[in-house]
Amino acid sequence: MGHDLANPVLSLRDLTVEIKTRRGLLKPVDGVSFDIAPGEILGIVGESGAGKSMTGNAVIGLLDPPARIAGGEVRLAGQRIDTLSSEEMRRLRGKQIGMIFQDPLTSLNPLLRIGDQLTETIRTHLDLGANAARERAIAALDEVGIPAAEERINSYPHEFSGGMRQRAVIALTLCAEPSLVIADEPTTALDVSVQAQIIALLKRLCRQRGVAVMLITHDIGVIAEAADRIAVMYAGRMAEIGDVAEVLRRPRHPYADGLLSSTPAASAGQARLRQIPGAMPRLTALPEGCAFAARCERAQDRCRQGAAPRLEADNGRTACWFPIQHGEVEA
Amino acid sequence: MSYVTVKDLSRRFDVSKPWLNRVIERRKKAFLTAVDDVSFEIPEKGVYGLVGESGSGKSTIGRMLVGLLPPSEGSVQIGGIDPFDQHDPDAQAHLRSDVQMIFQDPYASLNPRWRVRDIIVEPVVARGGETRGLAEQLLEQVGLSAEDAAKFPHEFSGGQRQRICIARALSSRPKLIVCDEPTSALDVSVQAQVLNLMSDLREELGLTYLFISHDLTVVRHMCDRIGVLYLGRIVEEADSEQLFAAPKHPYTQMLLEVAPRIDEIGREVPEPVGEIPDPINRPPGCAYAQRCPIAQPICSSQRPEFRKLGGTSVACHFAD
Repeated sequence: MGHDLANPVLSLRDLTVEIKTRRGLLKPVDGVSFDIAPGEILGIVGESGAGKSMTGNAVIGLLDPPARIAGGEVRLAGQRIDTLSSEEMRRLRGKQIGMIFQDPLTSLNPLLRIGDQLTETIRTHLDLGANAARERAIAALDEVGIPAAEERINSYPHEFSGGMRQRAVIALTLCAEPSLVIADEPTTALDVSVQAQIIALLKRLCRQRGVAVMLITHDIGVIAEAADRIAVMYAGRMAEIGDVAEVLRRPRHPYADGLLSSTPAASAGQARLRQIPGAMPRLTALPEGCAFAARCERAQDRCRQGAAPRLEADNGRTACWFPIQHGEVEA
Repeated sequence: MSYVTVKDLSRRFDVSKPWLNRVIERRKKAFLTAVDDVSFEIPEKGVYGLVGESGSGKSTIGRMLVGLLPPSEGSVQIGGIDPFDQHDPDAQAHLRSDVQMIFQDPYASLNPRWRVRDIIVEPVVARGGETRGLAEQLLEQVGLSAEDAAKFPHEFSGGQRQRICIARALSSRPKLIVCDEPTSALDVSVQAQVLNLMSDLREELGLTYLFISHDLTVVRHMCDRIGVLYLGRIVEEADSEQLFAAPKHPYTQMLLEVAPRIDEIGREVPEPVGEIPDPINRPPGCAYAQRCPIAQPICSSQRPEFRKLGGTSVACHFAD
């Protein structure tokens, strides 16, 4: 795709998050590794509880205790950030890592004008005077497509519609010029037509500024349109990662395959949807071996014993002992 | 013969400020029109879909159909009975067990302090019916096990809870089930299981569904006929396949165009312009005129009639 993966903005190696509970040690994120290059959008999909958001929160250091990073490395532009103190991490957030959440109202202070929130952020992270910051705030609102930015800068969040609020949040995220943006379900609360606007905006801004984006969503359609690469997570582990066209057209992990074909769009014109039997195992009751084995029609004895398969089982692409071989089917 | 007939249905909500504020601030009363002159029919054993974005009035229509909300104007007839006609209490009671509803959030629609058995048989108990073994039989019918009857809702996942909601809806042997976004809170693989279950039950029990959703692909999969709502009005109605093959209304065309697809990777979506207008101060004429690529001056002054175009009905001056 032409992205420089040799010098990634974000690099995770074997990231593991643990939660100590009375029922034992849970691992909502278990040995997750990936890189994101400048200007690249990595889409992370998975069902609720698969560990997508937990991975994002671990990267920005916003894990709620008792959850904690128990192992692995997080590097931002080559520098380790998982070992930083909370004060150092606080300075990094907003400046180098921006965040966009599902509900724009939780990211905006309802008592402050949009403009004040923007100028505050700009002046915290950049060395600018009040007037310069205000001009920059107007430019930021203009860039995210808010009409009449000079007047709207004096509005309060409740005066904006849902789509406009999410645009304001994107302006807020990008005004300190971060190198990495973590977008956690940024369009889930929005209508289809507004969602299309926000995705197009996000794509355009990232391409222009070379920002690396970690796009967390449960909607594969959004990923197909926006992402360069896709990572599929299951029960806290990476199931498959690869180029978006490659994974969506020829998924190699049985779970990725099942997920794709159970969408109503994939089985258009058929009376029944293809369904994956059962449900994702709870973290308190993860089986030995592959977490998907109980639902998998390809599973064999090897899948149910020993350590879970990792991405290395299939040249870094699929965490499966018996991945689907598309070439063989056609040959 | 249609089982459900909705005719010229409208619903307005009074959103005025309190009386004293209106006097001091010299403001008029304000009304929000949630549903505006909606008519459709559902044949027996048919599945009718209502799609639209938030604020389009889909849920309000569903609530009026099950009798949770009286209409401002127009009428609803289910099996020839008007749920708001107070003259015939027997027919009303009958209708109550013929019509059931499944809600979006399976966490909010089950009482956490009740056992699953009591939740499921509640619609029958309320009318003094026989319930022995009913919960167990229904649980097996929706793909859970009979032992689950003694458990509490928190012991189940989202998809299993939605199955319990379906079992409860089935307990009074209804003819019509109003499904308001039944799978929106569920993950894709679980959504497939629940949709398949609903299709199976429809065939086994001869159910009629009103299926309300914002997800076009789900509606396309489930429904025979679809009405597209925009700001409280049906702007286009057609058979499912026809609607997706040849959408006539510019709004439907836009919706189909921008909905995310998994088969076209890296697609550049033409950005839709504008947003849904304020339902309190509705624009005169066509509500979609400001966002419409083919709008003419007439569109913002004259309200388009709902007219037939082949098998499609469309509320647009220029659709062809």
